[in-house]
Amino acid sequence: MYIIVVGAGQVGYYLCKALLDEGHEVLVLDKNPGRCERINEELGSVCTWGDGCETAVLAEAGAGRADMLIAVTDEDEDNLVACQVAKHKFHVPRTIARINNPKNETLFKKLGIDCTVSSTNLILEHVEHEVPTHPLMHLLKLGETGTEIVQVRVPAGSGAVGRRLQEVNLPPGSIVALVIRRDQNPVVATPDTILEAEDQVIAATRPESETALREALSGV
Amino acid sequence: MKLVIMGCGRVGAALASLMDEEGHKVTILDRDSHSFRRLSPSFKGTALVGDGTDEETLRKAGIETADAFVAVTQGDNRNVMACQMAKHLFGVPRVLCRIYDPLRRDLYQALGLEAISPTTIFAQLLKERLEG
Repeated sequence: MYIIVVGAGQVGYYLCKALLDEGHEVLVLDKNPGRCERINEELGSVCTWGDGCETAVLAEAGAGRADMLIAVTDEDEDNLVACQVAKHKFHVPRTIARINNPKNETLFKKLGIDCTVSSTNLILEHVEHEVPTHPLMHLLKLGETGTEIVQVRVPAGSGAVGRRLQEVNLPPGSIVALVIRRDQNPVVATPDTILEAEDQVIAATRPESETALREALSGV
Repeated sequence: MKLVIMGCGRVGAALASLMDEEGHKVTILDRDSHSFRRLSPSFKGTALVGDGTDEETLRKAGIETADAFVAVTQGDNRNVMACQMAKHLFGVPRVLCRIYDPLRRDLYQALGLEAISPTTIFAQLLKERLEG
């Protein structure tokens, strides 16, 4: 695959290295000549000095035949524009943007960026896993559909304890798939499954329903 | 009209003062409070320190009820991003974007943004003066 990487910082450097190792054709673009020189010295001539948001620079980089563009600069706005120019001007099939402010994820998706990676969110997810008292953990995102698989703990004081699943007021679009009992035994969820204290509930939900789902299962 | 301006440089400050004088409700944003020195002493609008590419800051500036949004910072990409937020996230009815780079301006114009390139306009103006 021919992949263009915009931004030759730490992320760009190691990304380029890994992609080259996998046998891809890689070109890195950066506005800073010093960074380009460093990459070229260490990885061979793979970096060109230029602004990856500029049409002329991307044209010269052969964006027209690129299979993918990955924008990993420190600035969200630069990553957004690089991906949009690639997508709309050069019809690059797949664009990936690094995001620093996690709130920008929705905007980038809305504006047609195929994939976004937020280091802040990734670290936050790990924090959730490390802190077992956290009532809701994100396990998996299902592609572009917005649906996600989450795990919710039912604490002893929760209003859901002792109730059948069909009596619990789950938000629309949320489905409980599995209940893992305190002794680690998983039970397939049915409307008649009775929730117990310290159950772990595995459910499919949507980001906007997360709070309501957590409230329904772990709230008093 | 209720107007939010991002970027209190010479153009932003002058526009804010003009609109304010005509009785419009103006909020101007800049990352650096020092920039607000450019506003006219009689400016009655709101000057807010903050990054206009941040949703929270835009909300604080009243973007949800604004009739128009203008982005005139020095960064083309910052302007482009803020304008797309104003248009696509907050549904502001009128959004104007300054983009120095003429090629980038053409692309975003094609993508539905009302974008103005001062580079093109000023070059054209100079040409007309020279010929006239």
